[in-house]
Amino acid sequence: MTGAELLESLTKVFGAKIQSQTEFRDETTCTIGAEDLREVAKLCRADLSFDYLLDITSIDHYGEEPRFEIVYELYSMTLAVHLRLKLKVSEDVGAVDTVSDIWPTANWHEREIYDMMGIKFNGHPDLRRILMWDGYPYFPLRKEFPLEGLPSEMPDIAFSQAAPMEGGPFVTQPSTATVKDREPRARRPEL
Amino acid sequence: MAATQAAAYDSKIEGNVIFTRLDAALNWVHKNSLWPMPMGLACCAIELMATAASRFDISRFGAEVMRFSPRQCDVMIVAGTVTYKMALAVKRIYEQMPEPKWVIAMGACASTGGMYRSYAVLQGIDQLLPVDVYISGCPPRPEALLAGLIKLQEKISGERSLAAQKPALTEKLEEALA
Repeated sequence: MTGAELLESLTKVFGAKIQSQTEFRDETTCTIGAEDLREVAKLCRADLSFDYLLDITSIDHYGEEPRFEIVYELYSMTLAVHLRLKLKVSEDVGAVDTVSDIWPTANWHEREIYDMMGIKFNGHPDLRRILMWDGYPYFPLRKEFPLEGLPSEMPDIAFSQAAPMEGGPFVTQPSTATVKDREPRARRPEL
Repeated sequence: MAATQAAAYDSKIEGNVIFTRLDAALNWVHKNSLWPMPMGLACCAIELMATAASRFDISRFGAEVMRFSPRQCDVMIVAGTVTYKMALAVKRIYEQMPEPKWVIAMGACASTGGMYRSYAVLQGIDQLLPVDVYISGCPPRPEALLAGLIKLQEKISGERSLAAQKPALTEKLEEALA
């Protein structure tokens, strides 16, 4: 089986589990339901030779429902094809099934998503924070979390304070102005 | 004829006695043999390594003995971004260093948080430790670190070491001399 045949056979294998399928620059993206994740993941790994989980990412569509989206980047070592699986999670549910038993590398990816976005993974063997310390009360990559951070206090472990932004963040603005004007040392907030 | 007097000049101790202040002697010993604690946390640590290597050669200033045990160090060089998760560990390592001890905040991140105006980064190690010398730069060139080290040596030579290290003894001596 070639890579092209594999991607063509997706609809046949998954059937109605694929809610939508798009092609963009030779990359295939499938949207699935959160409840079908484990079944689809097992089929991908066992029958479709997607033996490599490149990454899991999460997106916060703040103000939309369902709020969160999780993206699984799969790769087949034998056939050299990519497959992207997307699913949506509402804030009320706030959890999806783990795939860390299917691709062991998902263990830390899922911990990072839990740490940064606060989405839980059902059945994860060790769902602790991975970057921030245990007990940190916020999920920093959520849209409502301010860039400068929020104060927190855990005696003898860590503390955090809001950073002084001084009119930042200093994003370079595209223009023909000089570097001094495009990237100032400070920018007044009203500008 | 009177017997010849022995000369006041004693060739046995010639050159072996110097007169100085105790503080000056202590400071001279401290400043020319600073053993750094390399607290390398980010890219500044690469410049710190370059400073220790042959091209810039920090041993010209007596500070080449980088110790990875805080118990044997005099000066902590905080080289890099201090995250909140690391901050209390840095403080703990500083507390394990024996007195007298000094701190160099190397680079923008260690001095002020640098470009990381972020939820995760401590905005300057001076919020936790008493910093003696700040070095600007992102990262600073090895010459800048050496200049900072020389500044620290100047600062040490003006210190009242005995009073700082042995306050009770100093008081007793001052009373006896008064």
